[in-house]
Amino acid sequence: METKPDLNIDRSIGDFHYDVDYEFDAGIGLSEKTIDYICDVKKDPDWIREFRKEALRKFNSMPMPTNWASHDLDNIVFQNIRYYLSQGTEPKRSWDDVPEDVKRTFERLGIPEQERKFLAGVEAQFDSEAAYSNIKAAVGEQGVIFVGSTEGLHKHPEIFKKWFGKVIPTGDNKFSALNSAVFSGGSFIYIPPGVKVKHPLQAYFRINAENFGQFERTLIIADEGSEVMYMEGCTAPKFETSTLHSAVVELVALKGAKIQYITVQNWSANVFNLVTKRGLAHEEAEIKWIDCNIGSRLTMKYPGVIMKGRKARGEVISIALAGDGQHQDTGAKMVHAADETTSNIVSKSISLGSGRSTYRGLVQIGRHLKGCKNNTECDALLINTESRTDTYPAITVRGKENACQHEASVSKISAEQIFYMQQRGISKAAAMSLAVNGFVNDLVQQFPMEYSVELKRLIDLEMEGSVG
Amino acid sequence: MSLKIENLHANIGDREILKGLNLEIPKGEVHAIMGKNGSGKSTLAKVMAGHPDYEVSIGQVLLDGLNLFEMEEPDQRARTGLFVAFQYPMEVPGVTIANFIRAALQARLPEGEELDAVEYYHHLYEKMDMLKIDRKFTSRAVNEGFSGGEKKRCEILQMAMLNPVYAVLDETDSGLDIDALRIVSEGVNAMRGPERGLLVITHYQRLLDYIVPDVVHVMVDGRIVMSGDKTLAHKLEAEGYDWVEKEILQQA
Ligand SMILES: Nc1ncnc2c1ncn2[C@@H]1O[C@H](COP(=O)(O)OP(=O)(O)OP(=O)(O)O)[C@@H](O)[C@H]1O
Ligand SMILES: [Mg+2]
Repeated sequence: METKPDLNIDRSIGDFHYDVDYEFDAGIGLSEKTIDYICDVKKDPDWIREFRKEALRKFNSMPMPTNWASHDLDNIVFQNIRYYLSQGTEPKRSWDDVPEDVKRTFERLGIPEQERKFLAGVEAQFDSEAAYSNIKAAVGEQGVIFVGSTEGLHKHPEIFKKWFGKVIPTGDNKFSALNSAVFSGGSFIYIPPGVKVKHPLQAYFRINAENFGQFERTLIIADEGSEVMYMEGCTAPKFETSTLHSAVVELVALKGAKIQYITVQNWSANVFNLVTKRGLAHEEAEIKWIDCNIGSRLTMKYPGVIMKGRKARGEVISIALAGDGQHQDTGAKMVHAADETTSNIVSKSISLGSGRSTYRGLVQIGRHLKGCKNNTECDALLINTESRTDTYPAITVRGKENACQHEASVSKISAEQIFYMQQRGISKAAAMSLAVNGFVNDLVQQFPMEYSVELKRLIDLEMEGSVG
Repeated sequence: MSLKIENLHANIGDREILKGLNLEIPKGEVHAIMGKNGSGKSTLAKVMAGHPDYEVSIGQVLLDGLNLFEMEEPDQRARTGLFVAFQYPMEVPGVTIANFIRAALQARLPEGEELDAVEYYHHLYEKMDMLKIDRKFTSRAVNEGFSGGEKKRCEILQMAMLNPVYAVLDETDSGLDIDALRIVSEGVNAMRGPERGLLVITHYQRLLDYIVPDVVHVMVDGRIVMSGDKTLAHKLEAEGYDWVEKEILQQA
């Protein structure tokens, strides 16, 4: 029985935008000048300016990964993108200070009353700077740092500098290089040793300008024995021209720490969503990515965990929904670099209409290691015959004392099954929602309640839209 | 008030399967259709329900005067009061019986109204008990891994829950064991009444021993060629279909 509240998210949420008075705008295109502009506005320290410029050089020298990835990437025109846009550099402190139009945006996003209360302890990014940032008093008292990335690097340079760019090197891939060159926004979080943060930390952010790429950069460090859950949700308005979103998220779980990073993304159909997410798990630490991708033109995202210490654990739970004309290219990367490390990957994809899902998995267990385990399950659901799905599992297990288990399945919801459900009085959209929700149900239950409700609602909306 | 099928022609691809079928089931009556394999019995049920593979070229089906073919989507026809217990029920992976029937009932409520969950489960368990279906089935995916007989029982459970005005039962008896046949028949009989019309498709008299029909029709090659009372079924059981075909030829 469900007693969950109804979120009433409006279908039209992806189709609006408000005029924003952009105080700081780097203009269109990307060059050293753009970077100088960003550094000047953000008052970046010199090492960051150098870091950004070095990243730009790498970005320019690296080819597009179209040798293995979608050729649609070639349609991104980097010189037509606006790389920096700010609503003012200082994050706003209290709800009263939040501009009316930003509040209106939250309203349109359908964030329920219940969650608005939550916003008191939320880092909400509006365009590239945090428009609203207020750490819940309780969290602050525990010594937790929860600020925007800019504030993090200004006020906590000793922790920031130690880990920034260490989990995901600038040149990891072309898009991590791009992000490193122009990043702004995102969160910086530090959890002191032994602190278990009770409330999930949340961030809402969205794209709100044509041709404006959003390049947030998040760094979370959980010190020894600490625990934290971070939730990220996005929704973007629809525009005629393509929008680029390319985030980098780095997680560091020190000995015995636990980090859960939860994402629910509902991008409009013109967004390129190219994200690099990776965590470094030290001894007995645990990193879990729960990732749900709905919408976008092309999503490429393969959250990873490097299990660096003995008995570290990594997990990726992902749901991808590729609607008509969309391509979800998602997966997971598990690098076992110590004995007795275990990883688990559960991936479910849904392809609708001409939508396409690709799963890419990478599991590495070195020859010299003992007692490592990986479990990979990847299931695809195809709704109607045009849909396609591809699975590219790359599992490299060396060494006899390690175990790997891989299961994959493809199921189809045929016209015949939809007809059967319709014969019971259920509309086509509701029938598809039922099937999809049934398919992802076991994973959805791992999301915190308000997210699982939102997710279910998003799936319903997606199905309504696909029936047209 | 009736379910009235008039001069129905339907084809799949360019093959005509229903070739001018006429049949009327007045509300309150139970009719049976018998006929050889491939004569078009299941096709009739699916065409009425709006299966996307079939195309209706001529004819209409009136449900209490409402033209079913004016309703584009199968779910509209279902909500108007038509139910089909299928010969081969589909498996719906991932969707539990409880959620499935609940969604079907919810779809019949006006916008904004929520089905009362407690009442729903009460009602569901009552019907399951009547059909002797283990309550554990509520959390199993619809028809997935069900035995042949379990599927048929589950179709009748859905019918009992959805309370249609007219129901077509397509070979509900096939696959049922002796006890199940009796239990399911009792369930169907409990739904007989002045407010409902039933069309039972079967090959065997033994079902009609339990669900005694008011009228029996014989279907040959996409048409109803003969109708009679329950004794017609006995004659068919005893003598097969050859004499029917001869009789038609003589008439022609
Ligand atoms: N999808 C299809 N493609 C081609 N022919 C079909 C299709 N569906 C049904 N038919 C044909 O239509 C005819 C009627 O089939 P139908 O299932 O209605 O028969 P039936 O009277 O229900 O038979 P049975 O007693 O065996 O259940 C058969 O010859 C069948 O092969
Ligand atoms: Mg049949």
